[in-house]
Amino acid sequence: MRTIRFLLQKEFRQIFRNRAILLLIGVMPVMQLLILPLAANYEVKNINLSVVDHDHSGFSQKLISKVTSSGYFKLSGYSASFKEELMAIESDRSDLILEIPQGFERGLIREDQQQLFIAVNAINGVKANLGGAYLTSIIRDFNEEIRMEMVPSYRFNEAPVIEITSSNWYNPLMEYQFYMVPGILAILVTMIGGFLSALNIVKEKEFGTIEQINVTPIKKHHFILGKLIPFWILGNVVFSLGLLVAWLVYHIVPAGSLLVLYGFSSVYLLAILGFGLLISTFCDTQQQAMFIMFFFMMVFILMGGLFTSIDSMPEWAKLLSAFNPVSYLIEVMRMVILKGSGWKDILPQLGIIALFAVVLNTYAIINYKKTN
Amino acid sequence: MKETVIKTDQLSKRFGSFIAVDAISFEVQKGEIFGFLGANGAGKTTAMRMLCGLSVPSSGTAAIAGFDIYKKTEEIKRNIGYMSQKFSLYEDLTVLENISFFAGIYGLSNSAIKEKSEALITRLGLQKEVKKLVGELPLGWKQKLSFSVAVLHEPKIVFLDEPTGGVDPVTRRQFWDLIYEASEKGITVFVTTHYMDEAEYCDRISIMVDGRISALDSPSALKTQFKAATMDEVFYELARGAKRGD
Repeated sequence: MRTIRFLLQKEFRQIFRNRAILLLIGVMPVMQLLILPLAANYEVKNINLSVVDHDHSGFSQKLISKVTSSGYFKLSGYSASFKEELMAIESDRSDLILEIPQGFERGLIREDQQQLFIAVNAINGVKANLGGAYLTSIIRDFNEEIRMEMVPSYRFNEAPVIEITSSNWYNPLMEYQFYMVPGILAILVTMIGGFLSALNIVKEKEFGTIEQINVTPIKKHHFILGKLIPFWILGNVVFSLGLLVAWLVYHIVPAGSLLVLYGFSSVYLLAILGFGLLISTFCDTQQQAMFIMFFFMMVFILMGGLFTSIDSMPEWAKLLSAFNPVSYLIEVMRMVILKGSGWKDILPQLGIIALFAVVLNTYAIINYKKTN
Repeated sequence: MKETVIKTDQLSKRFGSFIAVDAISFEVQKGEIFGFLGANGAGKTTAMRMLCGLSVPSSGTAAIAGFDIYKKTEEIKRNIGYMSQKFSLYEDLTVLENISFFAGIYGLSNSAIKEKSEALITRLGLQKEVKKLVGELPLGWKQKLSFSVAVLHEPKIVFLDEPTGGVDPVTRRQFWDLIYEASEKGITVFVTTHYMDEAEYCDRISIMVDGRISALDSPSALKTQFKAATMDEVFYELARGAKRGD
């Protein structure tokens, strides 16, 4: 135990003398939590819309003003030629073209029906999908309105309409920040913990200080614990800072108990730090460690369920994400913070992460060789 | 009564087809200053790393402080000190912090740590530098400090790998004073060097050529044997035949 005390003392002295690490721990999580949730917005706004109006009628004007006043679209072009607007899409000035045919108003009144044409620039998939859907729903709305105006009410009562009202549980106002902030915090904790630990032992290798350690009678598990504990504490500090920002800035108060949240994050940190230390024992230079960690981080984060739902991934990807510790943290964070889940609900995830922690740290201890 | 603290028999280390250390056998007695000479690439560092338990031998046997080199590496580590070629104290810790860290790792009691670090600092004249980061010290002081840290826990043997490389003659002289002091306390000193004047300070020296020990005796006996006036000449005579260099 005394050995560990000396190791911890040394490790903390080095950390507190390293300004870059202190900044990383203190400023990075706060800044990222302030900026990212505001920028990484699922809602699509500012869609550039080109309108090709062959009709120039009262109805076409009404439709255009309805579309632009929705707030989702920006009128980026208005002309009478489809070709011209297609050029705008090609040069990326426009995302959507709405073409209003000649005789739109006349046709609507005389024939009771008309067709509109929407062309979507599908390069940016999300923008195209949502833009197309928004526009369709605005046009449907417009359709209802003119039917109301033009047709006596008894006539369209004949067509049965199922109207859907929905209520969003656990996040009633569908504030995407409620959804994003816990996820981003999960990633921050993972990144800081993972990188700090991955670079640490390998740094001692690079500087040659590990030789001086290896020639002492120090026990391998003492050495690894001496590395694990400081970063575990730092990880919890980052996590607390994040929760504080979430509360002060986004008014996100965990619906569940803090104890459950910290209980899980503590075990999770052991797992991710063990992973970093394991990488550290494999590498000879910080550069190698950095690249390997980066590779895993990309996979962990992109497949962790923050940006895209794991449920909609193909089967093989779902299988892969079972081995992705980040996906468990994001899931549990959302469960506890939004839904108020308790120990019983998160038990499966907690068990799996605890297994991760044991396996990774044991492997790191075995793979750290004092003799080669 | 003579006590053997290092005993190797046909100790070898191979890296693939390359034989870095080729069946070396020798003994070192307690309290001796044993010089381990050889050209660059002769296998000195590899041999020393095996003796320190940092590297596993490919074949042969050895006992350090009476402990088997294969099975009892942790006991060996408790009984030796090691100073590597590359400076390897923590540059981002102060002089005092380095001393107490390594003393603590070797299991010295708090009072012993306090007492020893005070004595060490006074002996090296580092009173004003105690709170300085080690990285800020000049090389000569760093070397003296890392030697002192290596013998802080009073090991039976201390291994020094080119301890005076790149250090000025005055500091080298001071460094050897430290070595003599340690030797007087009964610590066996196992040292590699490229300086032939330092070789003269040793009780016995071995000269390695291409992974083998080509000569082993006291400096004066070697000079007689090779009919040479200086150790320089002895070294040239032997190292000239070397097939590998750096």
